[in-house]
Amino acid sequence: MSEPSGLESLYRELILDHYRRPRGKDLAPTFDAESFQVNPVCGDEVRLRVKLGAASSDELGGTDILGQVTWTGTGCSISQASTSVMCELVRGEDLGRVAELEAAFGRLMHSRGLGLESEADEDALGDAIAFEGVAKYPARVKCALLGWMALKDALAKAVAGDSSPAPGPKG
Amino acid sequence: MTGLSPETVTSPTNAHGLCGPGGLPDLGAPREPITPQEVERIRRDFPILARKVRSGHELIYLDTAATAQRPSCVMDAMTWFANNNYAAVNRGAHLLGEESTEAFEDARARVARFFGATPSEIVFTSGTTAALNLIALSLGELAQGEPPASSAVPHICPGDRIVVTQAEHHANLVPWQRLAARTGAELAWIDAGPDGRLNLESLAALIDSRTRVLAFTHASNVTGAVTDVARLVEAARSVGALTVLDAAQSAPHLPVDFRALGVDLAAISAHKMLGPNGIGALYGRREVLEQLPPVFTGGSMVEIVTMTEATFCPPPGRFEAGTQPVTEAIGWAAALDYLSHLGMDRLAEREAKLTARLLDAVTGIPGVRLLGPADPADRLGVVALDIEGVHPHDAGQYLDDRGIAVRVGHHCAQPIHRALGVRASTRASVGLYNTEAEIDAFAEALANVRPYFGATQ
Ligand SMILES: Cc1ncc(COP(=O)(O)O)c(C=O)c1O
Repeated sequence: MSEPSGLESLYRELILDHYRRPRGKDLAPTFDAESFQVNPVCGDEVRLRVKLGAASSDELGGTDILGQVTWTGTGCSISQASTSVMCELVRGEDLGRVAELEAAFGRLMHSRGLGLESEADEDALGDAIAFEGVAKYPARVKCALLGWMALKDALAKAVAGDSSPAPGPKG
Repeated sequence: MTGLSPETVTSPTNAHGLCGPGGLPDLGAPREPITPQEVERIRRDFPILARKVRSGHELIYLDTAATAQRPSCVMDAMTWFANNNYAAVNRGAHLLGEESTEAFEDARARVARFFGATPSEIVFTSGTTAALNLIALSLGELAQGEPPASSAVPHICPGDRIVVTQAEHHANLVPWQRLAARTGAELAWIDAGPDGRLNLESLAALIDSRTRVLAFTHASNVTGAVTDVARLVEAARSVGALTVLDAAQSAPHLPVDFRALGVDLAAISAHKMLGPNGIGALYGRREVLEQLPPVFTGGSMVEIVTMTEATFCPPPGRFEAGTQPVTEAIGWAAALDYLSHLGMDRLAEREAKLTARLLDAVTGIPGVRLLGPADPADRLGVVALDIEGVHPHDAGQYLDDRGIAVRVGHHCAQPIHRALGVRASTRASVGLYNTEAEIDAFAEALANVRPYFGATQ
């Protein structure tokens, strides 16, 4: 197989698929917290809502899990697909794990296309590894992080009990 | 060594025989239309155009509206000056200080000549944005004082009106929003029609005895639409309103003579017209500049300073506080000489042909909508497009992969995008160094964008 060109490494089939058929892109009417993020460079927007749930298994000892995550927004294929992939990856995970995934995705985005050092990160990120090519294009890294920023913000609010609607134009 | 004459100081590239230091005489410039051979010669003056980009592609630079590439003579003029004469202007009693001051004033004179102004009507600023802010802030300052008996500049009061257009770059909108808020004036605007051209029907309703300022762009950096300056100036004059022209986009592509246009104030940036960045100018009719208070104060712009008070220099010095960017001024003057040598009318004619070819090519592509006038006669070669089903960032990335540099986003002009029903666009803009072949390559790549992203159903 020949090396994919820069463009093919950026626009993996998985990314284009999530762009065309985004997952979780159906804003839930009820939520514990909401975040609205915009990329000022291009005006891309993501509005994201989370609902926490309590883990039932003893093993997890009643820690909070991310019960539901839904979103809406407009933007480029990278921002939209990244948010979509993120939803699938984090739904149902406990909050500690979500934070780990968020950090791992951040490391992937700052890898400058050299790949991840840690195999654990690679395994954890699953489909989100498809965004590795984005790291070669510094201008696009913000696009890929938009949804993750919304998630981080919404979770911080949820944990703090802040369920106020996020400002900004309604999605 | 004896002192260098300003001519020597600013004419480093004479030795290279390329673009004239001190400017080759305008009258001697060839008057025939620009030939493909001449374009090839022009291209050789821009070393960056030989650079290979992504996967070894030739660079196709279609982002001149954001910033123009610079010919070697501009960089040479700056390097030569830095290596031979550089010192702080208006300061030292030493030879370098003297030469630098002379070169700085010589650059001002060349900028003035290029734009049909006198040197005292040219204030160096860091660019268009700074010039427009300076005007708005100065008017705000003036509004806080006592109204003078008579003045060439307005004393803005609550209930007065400031008029802009829907096609403005944020740099010619936000400063006016702030001035309106500060003074209690109303901000009103001339709408843009579906092809981006201003709806001048509304002029009569907007320009009346309450109107104090009419600020508008000469050419939109999104739609490329060229404004009927004469008509707006006439309307403003009939009610005694101050006219402010944003000439950032027009100055690089059209012959622009501020005196002939009849505007009171205007703003320009060097970096859009082959010059360095970090410099530009505010043009102001002398009577207008004389009545505007300074905004930035400090060194260079004062006459006598006591512990409690200061008196200010006459314009343009009054508006040039601090150590001035002399190297950039010299680079800009060299760029203007280069443009004058080629002839702005000849460049405008050639760019109009390129624009027509570009418009022709893009309007035939399914799913691609032109945001701006379709007739090349109404516009510049700043061509923003809406590509159905593909976000501009993705389109830009696809084009970049083929070595084509375009701008994507809202280009610092959100209101006009909103008026045209989009959030952002993909913008190709031509410069004097672009070729027909590059336009064709762009059109061919553009036609592949929607299929690539699966947007063709
Ligand atoms: C029409 C117009 N006005 C103002 C500006 C601002 O110019 P600058 O960024 O050089 O200050 C630009 C450039 O982006 C422009 O295109």
